Amino acid sequence: MSWDWQVFCQDTITQEVAQSCFGKGGDITYLDWLLSAWGWTVSVSLLALAIALVVGSLIGTLRTLPDSPWVVRLGNAWVEFFRNIPLLVHIFLWYHVIPAIFPAMKSLPGFVLVVFALGFFTSARIAEQVRSGIQALPRGQRYAGMAMGFTTVQYYRYVLLPMAFRIIIPPLTSETMNIFKNSSVAFAVSVSELTMYAMQVQEETSRGIEVYLLVTALYVVSALAINRIMAFIEKRARVPGMIAAGGGGH
Amino acid sequence: MLMHIDWSFLSWELLRGFVLKGFIFSLVLTVIATLGGVLFGTLLALMRLSGKKWLVAPATIYVNGMRSIPLVMVILWFFLLVPLIIGRPIGAEASAIITFVAFEAAYFSEIMRAGIQSVPRGQVFAGQALGMTYGQNMKLVVLPQAFRNMLPVLLTQTIILFQDTSLVYAIGAYDMLKGFDVAGKNFGRPVEAYLAAAVAYFVICYSLSWAVKRLHKKIAIIR
Repeated sequence: MSWDWQVFCQDTITQEVAQSCFGKGGDITYLDWLLSAWGWTVSVSLLALAIALVVGSLIGTLRTLPDSPWVVRLGNAWVEFFRNIPLLVHIFLWYHVIPAIFPAMKSLPGFVLVVFALGFFTSARIAEQVRSGIQALPRGQRYAGMAMGFTTVQYYRYVLLPMAFRIIIPPLTSETMNIFKNSSVAFAVSVSELTMYAMQVQEETSRGIEVYLLVTALYVVSALAINRIMAFIEKRARVPGMIAAGGGGH
Repeated sequence: MLMHIDWSFLSWELLRGFVLKGFIFSLVLTVIATLGGVLFGTLLALMRLSGKKWLVAPATIYVNGMRSIPLVMVILWFFLLVPLIIGRPIGAEASAIITFVAFEAAYFSEIMRAGIQSVPRGQVFAGQALGMTYGQNMKLVVLPQAFRNMLPVLLTQTIILFQDTSLVYAIGAYDMLKGFDVAGKNFGRPVEAYLAAAVAYFVICYSLSWAVKRLHKKIAIIR
């Protein structure tokens, strides 16, 4: 078997090899398409991550509230709902079922629905990490906050959450890398991200190995980049003398 | 706002006709991938813990490589490569089974590694003091304890694995989700079919994880 990397310089319609490897005018080569697919993967992942962080932190915090069993139960139900149904089914629910129930959402593009599906799915996992982060803190921290006369919101904001978030940076890092991997499931509803690209171009060019190799490499590069960024954040957010309790890092 | 949701099309006959076959495949895939994954995963874990460079390096590369690629891409890779390697076409189902054994081996090996490392060193030394060979020591002393320590995590991973089998959608293998998918399309009721699929997965996975939690409590008391 011989390699044929020129396939990426081919025009997607005429299959002619472009001189610069990038299409001119309205034409696009497979390389152009690959970069745009990478862009879709990155945007789906980052937007879903934003939703997951906001919703996950909120639900995770609510699950640790003292004296409000129903709020805790609701939070637990949210987590169980997302943990016991596969991501692909969640994506189908958002893509096929929710627009059928709420007709106003029919005009939303598949991209937005996938972002919500992936974001909420990951929020349940982040909520679990936030909860365990808060519960890993010594109980005295909460009582100290109360004794200072802080309101519940205040002692969460100034005492518990700043420490809890530092503790959970390592698992949060792997969850962020998971989002990039999980975004590949968006192929099922035809969002033109990397996996969709791989499947389609493999069929069009029958150069599956070259195409898959580059796509896989881009996934690995994205995950590594995230890993480095999170390591940087972890370093900058370190509280002197405290981090050993948080389990180290990478 | 509610559109007409009509559950009447969901009947036992429909479940038997479309879903049962897929459910059985999902189940078979889960069981084979768990058994194969534990077997090869244990081997990988032993390689990584052997301290010999020529064993550690390939196992580490394999495990980290598998874990940094999306499962869907792994499924696509195997579907492309296995026929090239064995020289003849292979069905989506057979390809899925090979893929999941290879993929889960990487994840199970990490669980096994943690399990083996959780066995106190004194146990290994005790085995050696009794004159046991490496193989005997592993088989009779270390691995039984490691398995016991890791059982809840192992079972949780199996539940995740059962959910992940839905991803064989990418190569068109007929699993449980595909069964609901086809039924919904045939009867023109995709909304109900996907809802039913969600309920089915939830019931199965929730009861399994409840059982694992109970088992965990039981084991924790004995220890």
